[in-house]
Parts: sequence; structure tokens; C-alpha cells
Amino acid sequence: MMMESRSRQQAAYWRDTLRLLGVLLAVWFTVSFGFGVLLVEPLNRLPLGGFKLGFWFAQQGSIFVFLILIGVYVVRMGALDRKHGVEED
Amino acid sequence: MSLETLTYLVVGLTFAVYIGIAIWSKARSTGDFYVAGKGVPAIANGMATAADWMSAASFISMAGIIAFAGYDGSVYLMGWTGGYVLLALLLAPYLRKFGKFTVPDFIGERYASQGARVVAVFCLIAISFTYVAGQMRGVGIVFSRFLQVNIETGLLIGMGIVFFYAVLGGMKGITYTQVAQYCVLIFAYTVPAVFISFQVTGNPIPHFAFGSEVAGTGVNLLDRLDQVVTDLGFNAYTSGSKSTIDVFCITAALMLGTAGLPHVIVRFFTVPRVRDARKSAGWALLFIALLYTTAPAVGALSRLNLTNTIQTGAVGSPDGNLRYDDRPEWFRTWEQTGLLTFEDRNGDGRIQYYNDGNPDFAQRAEVLGWAGNELTVDRDIMVLANPEIAGLPNWVIALVAAGGIAAALSTAAGLLLVISAAISHDLLKSVFMPGISEGQELMAGRISAAFAVMVAGYLGYNPPGFVAQVVAFAFGLAAASLFPAIFLGIFVKRVNRQGAVAGMLVGLFFTYGYIEAYKKVFFPPLIENTAEHWFLGISPEGIGFVGMMLNFAVALTVSRLTPEPPVEVQRLVEEIRVPN
Repeated sequence: MMMESRSRQQAAYWRDTLRLLGVLLAVWFTVSFGFGVLLVEPLNRLPLGGFKLGFWFAQQGSIFVFLILIGVYVVRMGALDRKHGVEED
Repeated sequence: MSLETLTYLVVGLTFAVYIGIAIWSKARSTGDFYVAGKGVPAIANGMATAADWMSAASFISMAGIIAFAGYDGSVYLMGWTGGYVLLALLLAPYLRKFGKFTVPDFIGERYASQGARVVAVFCLIAISFTYVAGQMRGVGIVFSRFLQVNIETGLLIGMGIVFFYAVLGGMKGITYTQVAQYCVLIFAYTVPAVFISFQVTGNPIPHFAFGSEVAGTGVNLLDRLDQVVTDLGFNAYTSGSKSTIDVFCITAALMLGTAGLPHVIVRFFTVPRVRDARKSAGWALLFIALLYTTAPAVGALSRLNLTNTIQTGAVGSPDGNLRYDDRPEWFRTWEQTGLLTFEDRNGDGRIQYYNDGNPDFAQRAEVLGWAGNELTVDRDIMVLANPEIAGLPNWVIALVAAGGIAAALSTAAGLLLVISAAISHDLLKSVFMPGISEGQELMAGRISAAFAVMVAGYLGYNPPGFVAQVVAFAFGLAAASLFPAIFLGIFVKRVNRQGAVAGMLVGLFFTYGYIEAYKKVFFPPLIENTAEHWFLGISPEGIGFVGMMLNFAVALTVSRLTPEPPVEVQRLVEEIRVPN
């Protein structure tokens, strides 16, 4: 009985984890490969201060977003650990 | 005080700190030696990871590469930072939960196979030695330019220092020296960047200067740069010359390779808990981003400074080009190293620096009486020469020298440690001599570290012709072999020994074969290395991404066709997925 509830708990935790990872990686892909590579030319027609937008994403913006992504990940995973009762002591 | 004395003073001082730390943090057990006793706080590990990761290539070469490649240089910026997102989200916390010492440890146990472990050790050693040779070259460049000693002496000093703290302190010694080295290198990188940003744009923060107006012109830095370089027949700075698919694949190969590099992964084995592993990846990226978001600004500013120094007036005006006799002091000192050379092709005593490979500009050049580009600048000197080009005080130049050495030594030490752990732990203790005691294993670790230092020194002194060529190989290999094996090991329970080994081998040989076909690794290239000959237009630098896809496809297919992994392995996978 204990075993079964632990494995059910683990499965639920893992489903939530995968969902979170999916969202974060979609953003990761969009800002770097999307804005910085595939869409760089159309975006370059838009100005951002003294930058062309696509160029800015490729050389600055994507890195800032990566940082935010890891920050969100740390906080959301902490919350998931607590929600499913799997946090470390 | 003269520049030389100052440099000796600053570099000597940093060396004293590194040695002091090594004595204070001597390793007493194999746990200390391999993973610093798993007691490193998240923020300290983040700093150590940043120093571990940012090598001579990041510190010395990257801004220079970007300066000459413009938008195309973005592949390094996104590739070498985006990999940390993958590392933080997909690998680090789970490998920490697994809780052993090395990357081959994980692969060997997850796939219940000594064969898989040995393949992983092989990949690890190939990747790490390629890298370490590059670091030693970086140490040599810095020493020979700033301390006026020959490269051999410089190498010996560098080897001596690394030997001392890596062999004595193991991972524990390396970790805390890397923290100190990070502080030195980031300070050394930012100070000149701030000065130069302020000089050119009036804004001291490089990230803003990058998008500001060049003082006195009313034109934005990047627009000005686009103008200045296209006037000389070069590609516009903000648009690239590589095809989109190639930029995509190179970025992906660098990202996935970063996430698969053993000396980076192993840093996440050193923190106390899973949640520290997550946090520590965030700290690492923050500390790395401080340099990586400054680098493109440095690149753009130094390209503009260099071009303005040579092309002093309008292109085509009779006195628009710098007279060779009027060249500045830094020009003369770098000429002595052979990394900056001038050849007066048209005999007018002035320097013409332009793109003589551009057919559209050739006619113009002929009218002007230019007989080809006369200036060759090694990209590696841009960061080192920057403070001199901008006329900054000597202490800044001394600091940059110390920073370059810190960057190279910290990475070299991290690499040497994973090599020694792979030999003493994965080959000796786990495969060939399981009976040895902990004391003997620790001694074996120290001996293999010492041996690795010597091989690295030899490679730095006697760089094989292929060092520069095979950096692509190191990343491609990590992306195509180790990354998928680890990722699938955590996320796909069904992948078994047969699948993982087949996948790693296919990824490895495909990637190696493709690079070997176009570049000289061990044999002369078979096919000309130009875009029209590449598979789908993907260069050897980007092929690791294709290798990785193949690895995934093979591993998943073979696993489907063979029995599922044993129950203990499936339970292991379930356990590493949860923190407690």
C-alpha cells in the first residue's frame, strides 16, 4: 500500500515536471532559434533603441531570457516538490 | 612602474592566492578528490562552474571572433549560454540525485553495462584532451606577450601551478581556486570594457553602449559599424554570411555539446542537494552571462576602434589611410609577436585594410590603387590588445593578462580532473582493478592527474596541427554521444543497454567521420570544405546536431526491438526523477 502510493505520487510529480519543462523549453527555443536565427531578418526591420531587434535577440536578449527561465524553473520546481511532498529535508 | 613589473606583480599575486587555497583545501578522501565531498554551496559552485566553463577561448578569443564575424558570432553567444538551460532543466538535478562521482558512472549504472561505461570514458577523454590543448596555447600566448618569457617557460610555470592545486587538492582544491579565478577574470574583463564603452559612446555600461550613439556623430554604434565596414567591402556587421540552416545547426550543436561536456556536468555532483544543483546552474549562467553579454559589445567597439585607427579618413581620400610610420605603439608591440602583420603590397607606405575577397569591391580598389589587403590581424589579440588600443593605464593591461591566465588555468584544471577521475575511478576501480582500497584509488587519481598535466603541457608546447580544427569535434562529440545517452537515461525508461550503446557509437562515428571528411583531424580531408559540398549545407561545426538526432533515432529504435531494461534499472530511473 505504501509502495503503491509512493509510485502514484511519483508519477503525478513527473507529469507536472514534464509539463513545466515543456513550457520552459518552448520559450527557450522561441527566443534563440526562433527570434535569433529563423526570424532574424524580419525582426531586424524593427528597431529596439539602437539595435535591430533580431540582432539584439541573437547577441543579448536570448541570454537574458535564459537567465529568467532558470530562475522560474528553480521557483516552480520548489513549489512542485512541496505540492507532491517530495522535497528534500 | 613599468608594464612588465606591474604584470609580474599582478600575475604573481594571483598565483600566490591560488596556491594558498590549494594548501588550505587539500583533498583527504576520494569523495573530496572527485566531488569536493559534496559540500560546495550553490553560489560558490555557480562561480566555480563559470570559471570552469569560461576558457581561454571565451576570455581571449570570443570577442575577437565576434568582432570579425558580426552576426555570425551569435552562434557562440547563444550556443554557449543556451546549453545551461538544458543542463539546469534536463540533467543537473537528476545526475545529482544519482549521486556518484563521474559521468561514465551514470552511464555504466543506468545501462547496467561496463561496455557503455568504457565508450563513455573514451568520449570523455577525447573531448577533454582536445580542450586542454587549447587552454595551454592560451597560457602560452599570454605569457609570451606580457611577461616577455618564451612560450616554453610560460607553459612550465602554468603546468606547475595547475599541477600543484589539481594534484594536491583534487576537486576540492580546484573548486575554491576557480571561485578566486572567476573573480579575477570577470574583473579583468569588465574594467576595460567599461572604459572603452565610455570613450566611444559616453555610456559606461557596455550593454547600453552597444546600442548607443557614437559620441559626436549622432549615429548608433551598430549602424555606424555597418557603414564603416561595408565601405571597405566587408559584410554588414549586423547581418551574417552563413546560411540559416548552418547557423541553426551550429547553435544547436554548441548548446547540446555544452550540456554534454563532462567537466561541466561533474561540477553539479559537488553540491549537497538536488535543489542546490538547480540553483547552482542558475548562478553559473548568471556569472557566465556577465561576460557573455559584455563580449558582443567589446567585439563591436573593438572592430570600430581598429577600423578607425587604420582608415583615418574617408575611403579613397589620398590621406585616408594610416601611414605605416605613424602606427601606434600597441601596433609595434603586437607586430613583434607575429600575430599582427603588415605587408605594403602597393608600396605607398600606408596601410590598406579591406576585404580583397569581395568581387564587387575589387574594381573600386583597383581605381584607388590598392593591391590587396595589407593588414592581417589574429582574432586572438583583440581582447588582449583592447586596453592598449584604447590607451588605458598599465594596471588595466596587467589585469587583463592575469584574467586571461585565470581563464585558461581554471578550465585546464577542471578538464584534467575529469580525465584523472575517468582513469582512476572508471577504468581502474570500476573495470580493471575493483579490489583497490580507497587510499590506493586516491593515489591513482593523483598520479593520473599528474600524467594528464604532462600530456597537456606537451600538447600546448607542440600543438598538433589539428587543435584549432577539432574544437568543433569536441562539441560535436559531446552533443552526439554523451548528451543523448544521459538525457534518454533519465527521461526514457525504455531505453536499454543495446539502444544506448548503438546510439552512442552511431553518433560518435557519424560525427567524427563527417568532420574527418572535410577537415584534417588525423588524415588529409577527402572533400573540399565549402558550403556547396556540405550535406544539406551544414558545416562540420554544426554536424554534431545531426549526429545527435541519429543517436536518438538509433537508441529509441534499437531499444524497441530488444528486451526492456532490468527491473532494478527501471527502479533506479524512478528514484532519480524525484528529489527525496
